[in-house]
Amino acid sequence: MFSTYDTFSAPSFWQNGPSPGVIYNFPGSQTGNSHLFQHSQAPVTTATSIVAITFNKGVLIAGDMLGSYGSLARFRNCPRIMKVNDNVILGAGGDYADFQYVKDFIDQKVIDEQCLDDGFIMKPKSLYCWLTRIMYNRRSKFDPFWNNFVVGGLQDGEPFLGTIDKLGTSYEDKTICTGYGAYMATPLLRDAMDKNPNPTEQEARDLVNRCMEVLYYRDARSFPKYQLAVITADGVSIEGPLEVKQNWNLAHMIH
Amino acid sequence: MSSIGTGYDLSASQFSPDGRVFQVEYAVKAVENSGTVIALKGKDGVVFAVEKLVTSKLYEPGANRRIFNIDSHVGMIDSHVGMAVSGLIADARQIVEIARREAANYRAQYNVCIPLKYLNDRVSMYMHAYTLYSAVRPYGCSVILSSYDNVDGPQMYMIDPSGVSYGYYGCAIGKAKQSAKTEIEKLKLTNMSTKDLVKEAARIVYLVHDELKDKNFELELSWVCADSKGRHEKVPELVYAEAEKSAKQAMEADSDSDTEDM
Repeated sequence: MFSTYDTFSAPSFWQNGPSPGVIYNFPGSQTGNSHLFQHSQAPVTTATSIVAITFNKGVLIAGDMLGSYGSLARFRNCPRIMKVNDNVILGAGGDYADFQYVKDFIDQKVIDEQCLDDGFIMKPKSLYCWLTRIMYNRRSKFDPFWNNFVVGGLQDGEPFLGTIDKLGTSYEDKTICTGYGAYMATPLLRDAMDKNPNPTEQEARDLVNRCMEVLYYRDARSFPKYQLAVITADGVSIEGPLEVKQNWNLAHMIH
Repeated sequence: MSSIGTGYDLSASQFSPDGRVFQVEYAVKAVENSGTVIALKGKDGVVFAVEKLVTSKLYEPGANRRIFNIDSHVGMIDSHVGMAVSGLIADARQIVEIARREAANYRAQYNVCIPLKYLNDRVSMYMHAYTLYSAVRPYGCSVILSSYDNVDGPQMYMIDPSGVSYGYYGCAIGKAKQSAKTEIEKLKLTNMSTKDLVKEAARIVYLVHDELKDKNFELELSWVCADSKGRHEKVPELVYAEAEKSAKQAMEADSDSDTEDM
């Protein structure tokens, strides 16, 4: 499905036969070298952590807008949180080109579903499951999409949050951070959730903003400009670019 | 049907001595057996109205729709494409599928909605290809494409089984296309609002419907216009009810004046 362009093109007149106006290659004749294949070994332009949390009425997903080229801060305006539909938002870390490719595919999928006009709309668990299949399928070809995806949304009114990595491994949780954030921000969020398991939107915002601040100080691939997506029953809003408030007064004491 | 028995009507890849392709003409006949479809283009939108013949009471209401969404894009510029079909429904659904694929293909390549002009070109070339070879038969359907956007305004094209297509201000296909066309010609389409178009389209469908031959039909109405923010969608229930009501009233007024004449 992902390897060919053909899902978007008109099918041939009839299958397994000669097409009008085209030279026909008889079956069995060896042409081309289709068995040679280059697998992706490493990401190129990358994005760092995604921070996400559920609150009493919805889900928040935040991610900065930096596209790194190795350790070079190459692109400074890379949005990587997308609205899928009124039910679902998606954040992505890792290879930016892979994210853009998957994004185009999801956008087309949403359009296809709109065209059906059957009154149904994709829910977050469906996209989450679909992405696990996509990611697992590609890693099984030893050619993974080099991404961490975070899917958030409302599943029949209930907040949903799940994540998928490049191997197709997936889990759901009330707080999810990927990349460097998995080390730096997850403990902060879990600690806060233990003390207050059902935060309000404002409490969740404060927590996420705090995490973005901590990550900016400690993650060398991060950036102070970030986006914050909020999904509630009222709909989706993607805010930003927001700024991490910085204070470097302590810097001279660190050696 | 002087063509029957001459042997020139067996294949779409052979002309008759007087320069006709009978298979294509038979495909046009298939469209003329189908319910009437009307499309009107006004100053700020396009309206589709379909007389969907219901051949059995056992069908669920809303089954076998004849109006389809082809492409949609909600973004900086909302731009949506709709299609109304007349003729063999199974053939038409395949054309719908092709149009959707072409729209998706264009988007995959250029990351924008396909301009209706280009989509019309691609779909009509596809239908035309099926009039060229002996191994395939032409599509037994005509389709109408419509879209609206801020740059190009309302647009509409009709493609017939031969693969010929034109842009129209107003067009009709199916059973009662002749009487529908004469009704459409009475309208000043270019300066009509979409709301008025919906009413006129519904009225014409009711007017040309032949109660004696086809008992039951469902009226399908859709629009793509400034009011719908460039979306192609079924008209809202309120608008639908109003249009249907005024169409029925127009019919009654019509039959009243008929009895007065007698």
